[in-house]
Amino acid sequence: MPQYLALTYTADVDWWAPEQAEELEEYRRFAVDHAGKIMASAVLHPTPTATVVRVGGARGGTVITTDGPYAETKEALTGYYLIEAGDLDEAVAIAAELPAAWNGAVEVRPVIVAR
Amino acid sequence: MSDPLAETVRIEGARILATLIRTVGDVQIAEDAVQEATLAALTAWPVTGVPPQPRAWLTVTARRKAIDILRRERARPGKELDGARMTELARPGDPGDEVVHDDQLRLIFTCCHPSLAPATQLALALRTLCGLSPAQIAGVLLSTEAATTKRLVRARQKIAAAHIPYRVPAAGELPGRLPVVCGVIHGLYTAGHAPLDGGAAYDVDTAAEAVRLAELLHRLLPDEPMPAAVLALLLLTEARRPARLDEHGDIVTLDAQDRGRWDAAAIARGITLLNGSLVRSGRLADAYQLQAAIAAEHARAPSYAGTDWPEVRRLYDLLVSVAPGDAAALGRVVATAEAAGPAAGLALLAELPASPRGHAVRAELLAREGDYAAAVRALTDSLAGPATEPEQRYRERRREVFQRLTPEPWR
Repeated sequence: MPQYLALTYTADVDWWAPEQAEELEEYRRFAVDHAGKIMASAVLHPTPTATVVRVGGARGGTVITTDGPYAETKEALTGYYLIEAGDLDEAVAIAAELPAAWNGAVEVRPVIVAR
Repeated sequence: MSDPLAETVRIEGARILATLIRTVGDVQIAEDAVQEATLAALTAWPVTGVPPQPRAWLTVTARRKAIDILRRERARPGKELDGARMTELARPGDPGDEVVHDDQLRLIFTCCHPSLAPATQLALALRTLCGLSPAQIAGVLLSTEAATTKRLVRARQKIAAAHIPYRVPAAGELPGRLPVVCGVIHGLYTAGHAPLDGGAAYDVDTAAEAVRLAELLHRLLPDEPMPAAVLALLLLTEARRPARLDEHGDIVTLDAQDRGRWDAAAIARGITLLNGSLVRSGRLADAYQLQAAIAAEHARAPSYAGTDWPEVRRLYDLLVSVAPGDAAALGRVVATAEAAGPAAGLALLAELPASPRGHAVRAELLAREGDYAAAVRALTDSLAGPATEPEQRYRERRREVFQRLTPEPWR
């Protein structure tokens, strides 16, 4: 069965903050509703906690780390769901139930599945 | 395009592609197979003569080519051959109209899937349903052949990788999906009928392909009001085409057209389709029904002066509220001027953003008010923007007329 990664792009919030409790609950409900279709999922800490890693030159080169993402954007990657669906229409129908779909955007990307 | 053999091969090739895509399960392989089969036909038929059943010949050849391609693919690691598919491909004979009907409907909805960009939907429809070459499609999209080929390759990759379904949407999904399909067909017709610049006022081939697609969609979904309205609109617009240009390729405006040159049969069919569409929809009229109704009003009128302008204006008022757009807004200006006088039209026009066609309309209305100097200035503004060559020549002619009528030369 095809797999899709649904990436949620929303306001760059701290999901543990009390004001997020209600929305977080909506995500939990989504996870319960589609438990059979969700292969994996994660909610991410806000982007200021991110570290960007690059290796200079080739493998074994100097490890260069930078703090956080480069630009302030209105919507940031805040989580993902790896879902199984029969086709794109089904994947879109599931993604449309993610709160991120009305609070931001959901990017649905087909996953390369090993043959 | 004028070669009848090439036309037969193109149209039959497009017809068998839809079924082959379903059987093979891959747009690219099916397209390659049909292309190889059509090339074989174009090579063989001029020598051997056209076989008694060209469709069956092409079907069998395309299937054989598909089996060859699938066998070649099998040689690559990770590409197992699907036994069921091979069996179906090896089956003899033409799949029959009903199967082709369902497959073409699937193909339309796959090409016009909302996850594809509008230009990509159009390119795919022209490629797979009309059998046009990337070079021909580039002409329609005002793009290059290389960019169009790349667009088609990416589209096929997305269809395969994202599993864009090859099926007809369920009844409940149709209201969301049909407008996209109708938009592709109407957009194609508009691209052929009223290009912004270029040598001819319209590209007959593009318009004919759009009518062909509209006929196909209506034949496949005869009970849906929207495809019937799109076909009605295209037929009613096409019916007046022979009178729109004179023998020099110059524009003849509606008031000066020889109405005897309009295609009465196409008008009658368009009106019947429109009425059927309106009866079946029962809701508020959609943009296609309204545009078709406007075209029908013009087609029915015995003369320009005998046009029911208050009714045309009412329809444009509705159209602008349902589907605002530059063309609809300008049509409303003209209808308002005819129904309520040039001053009313000019007042409405003043609210619209400036455009070359808008300036040209303003010039005509100013001239009717007797302000020829302002009309000349408006046409000069109009000629500064993009226009087809016939449009440009028409505006230059009008500018000369108004210039002669200006008491004091304006410059």
